[in-house]
Amino acid sequence: MLELTNLRASYGKTPILRGVDVTVDEGEIVGVMGKNGVGKTTLIKAVVGLLEADEGTVVFDGEDVTDEPADVRARRGMGYIPQGRDVFPELTVEENLRMGETINEGDDRLQYEAVYDYFPILEERRDQEAGTMSGGQQQMLAIGRALIGNPELLLLDEPSEGVQPSIVQDITRDLRSVNEEVGTTICFVEQNLHVVQNLAERCYAIDKGEIVDELGPDRLESRDAVTEYLAV
Amino acid sequence: MAAPELLNLGFEFVEIFAFIVLATVGLAVIFGMMGIINLAHGEFILVGAYATSFAVAAGLPLAVAMAVGVVATAAFGLVLERFIIRRLYGRLLDSMVVTWGISLVMIQLTRIAFGNTAPGVGIPFGQLPVVDGPVYYLVLAVIAVGVLGGLYALFTWTDFGVRARATMQDEETARSMGVDTDRMYMATFAIGSGLAGLTGALYAPVMTVTPEYGTSFLVESFVAVVVGGSSVLLGTILASGFLGTVNAAFTNLAGTFMGQVAMLVAAIVAIRLMPDGITGLLSDLREKWGESE
Repeated sequence: MLELTNLRASYGKTPILRGVDVTVDEGEIVGVMGKNGVGKTTLIKAVVGLLEADEGTVVFDGEDVTDEPADVRARRGMGYIPQGRDVFPELTVEENLRMGETINEGDDRLQYEAVYDYFPILEERRDQEAGTMSGGQQQMLAIGRALIGNPELLLLDEPSEGVQPSIVQDITRDLRSVNEEVGTTICFVEQNLHVVQNLAERCYAIDKGEIVDELGPDRLESRDAVTEYLAV
Repeated sequence: MAAPELLNLGFEFVEIFAFIVLATVGLAVIFGMMGIINLAHGEFILVGAYATSFAVAAGLPLAVAMAVGVVATAAFGLVLERFIIRRLYGRLLDSMVVTWGISLVMIQLTRIAFGNTAPGVGIPFGQLPVVDGPVYYLVLAVIAVGVLGGLYALFTWTDFGVRARATMQDEETARSMGVDTDRMYMATFAIGSGLAGLTGALYAPVMTVTPEYGTSFLVESFVAVVVGGSSVLLGTILASGFLGTVNAAFTNLAGTFMGQVAMLVAAIVAIRLMPDGITGLLSDLREKWGESE
């Protein structure tokens, strides 16, 4: 589904990613964990096309998309949930969801019913301006917006950031349900222990722009093995 | 106040309201939505007026000539966006300097190319029977309301409108949702330009079309956009209503010059009391009411 090979990216002259290799298979939930400032957001931006790669390749669904802009990658089926949610504050909830319709252009099955089932609050507040909602509700909206177009791959940048712990648990549970029921492949970057342990089936650890370890299900269960790579 | 005087006052208001709305809508889209302070707005209006005047002189019916004016200005805006304006998004001061330069160049180029006046266009529809004024001003008012309704429908009900508003709010996120944001900017700028062209075309029959034609619209358009605040359509309607009322009342009492003076004084007071414009004040009030409930 997604294969990153020797991916390098930088901001100006400062190199951030220094040759990242990551593979995500169809139907998997894969995490990339690391402390602040190690390149997690840069990695996800390079994958969705919001940051140009200096070197290396991004292969999605068997196609090399390294040189494609973000909008083309989204229409191929990448659904992106940015850090800090980035809902459109002056659009209503329903208008925000409509924005997700452009994702995965080839698939015209829209998931409004499913999204409202996962997040009933979005249906209740469909006419409310998104900027007036709480952090947790905005996160649900950002996830719902990315799911509307039935993406093949859902990419999340720190879904727990700025969200209260009880909502983080709900969101983690909902993402697992999406993966099981709809079959959406999920790749996320995170530094929250709960999310890493309860969402990922497999997890890479990133430090200083390089993948330094890969943890399977057994090691993910061990708090010590995971916290080694997090600021806990 | 006697009935004829009331009718005259009403007619005055309708005329000024339509003028402010039509002078403002194009700028409201380009400045209010896209954040480009387009000091060449008057010259976009000029393109619409010249294209209409020459199309009428070439023998086209007035309505078709006006459509030519709108399309020519939208195309002009499209080319300008593609080659110059797109480098200025998020650069307010730079956009002012560049569009001011474009404005000066266009005025002089128009004078060199076409001389001091464009061919005249007659006022259609004749005079009103009761009030001292042409029927055409009522037509302009109807068109102004129609344009506001059309813009509301376009930017609220269509996929294009939702995507355009999303792009102006957060381009990066819109792009990551699959929206071709370059095309959105281009199309929105072309719509703003086309609206300016429509204004130029509509007023070609009632104003002498000279290279300085566009400057006659600048004061009202910028004042209305600033007084209206961040909400493009509601701001335009409320500011046009407020400024139009003041202008019409004082024009009726003391003549056109005093009407203009009173409108500008009212604008200064409004900006002093409502720094974020009328819609900014409404938004603050709504938040306060929301908190108190």
